[in-house]
Amino acid sequence: MNPGMSAGLNSAIDAGMAPVGTPWFFYVLAGLAVASGVAVITRRNAVHSALALIVTLLAVAGLYLMLYAPFVAGVQIIVYAGGIMVLFLFVIMLVNIDRSSKERQFNRIWPVGLLAACALLALFVSAIAKGKALFPDRMMTLPESSNTQQIATMLYGEAGKMGQYTFAFEIASLLLLVAILGAVIMTKKKI
Amino acid sequence: MEGRAGTPGAPRTENRALRTMVPITTLHYLVVAAALFVLGVIGVLTRRNVVIVLMSIELILNAVNLNLVAFSRMWGNLHGQVFAIFITVDAAAEAAVGLGILISFFRNKETINVDEIDLLKW
Repeated sequence: MNPGMSAGLNSAIDAGMAPVGTPWFFYVLAGLAVASGVAVITRRNAVHSALALIVTLLAVAGLYLMLYAPFVAGVQIIVYAGGIMVLFLFVIMLVNIDRSSKERQFNRIWPVGLLAACALLALFVSAIAKGKALFPDRMMTLPESSNTQQIATMLYGEAGKMGQYTFAFEIASLLLLVAILGAVIMTKKKI
Repeated sequence: MEGRAGTPGAPRTENRALRTMVPITTLHYLVVAAALFVLGVIGVLTRRNVVIVLMSIELILNAVNLNLVAFSRMWGNLHGQVFAIFITVDAAAEAAVGLGILISFFRNKETINVDEIDLLKW
């Protein structure tokens, strides 16, 4: 979203007028995310599932942009759609998909699983229906142009001071190191 | 953007209909996230292919991220977005280790179906 456009959007909100196109964008992106989410769990071919998952991830990145989170949207596209999905596609091509796409796709206890998922859905529906009044209708307008800078300040701190999340950030890097080691050792034939 | 403007089904002109459409609130995002979460749970519980089970887990993590970012906008601070980034890191680590396990398993047993993975069963 370019600065001119977001400035226009903000002034439109300040003028007490909801931006006209925005609900449509939301419904298109949400519909795209859910429809390709359905495709992820129903396709027979794992490659088709992976491509549908990429569409879902991109649609969710669009929703992040609508929520004034451009940095998270960028991370979503680069790390998820660019990194993790390539990993998935590599593994799909390493393992034998021809055989598994000809076999039964759902396990024997799928009715139980579906029932459990429906119970979860009922829980969500009742929680959202009952808690509707708890959510304020207002939506804050976060500053978009300094979003990345503010996140960096929270992650790294500023002026030699540790930020609020610096320690957690370092632990996350340690987690990634452990994950790299684990993946390498796991896939090695002989250690 | 205050309140829910207009009631559905009320007679109104085209222009008015566009301007008084229900504004998108946090609740809308929560509904989308709940739908994605349930889809992920269905995928985890019913599919046999391990790769698709891992993809369904990614769907679940994305639903959580969407909730966090929506709440971040609702409260007007960035803690939710920072947390969403941490969850993305977690998803990357989980995918790497999970797929590593899958490859070593496939090398041993030539299958990627969850219900045939029973080496630890006795």
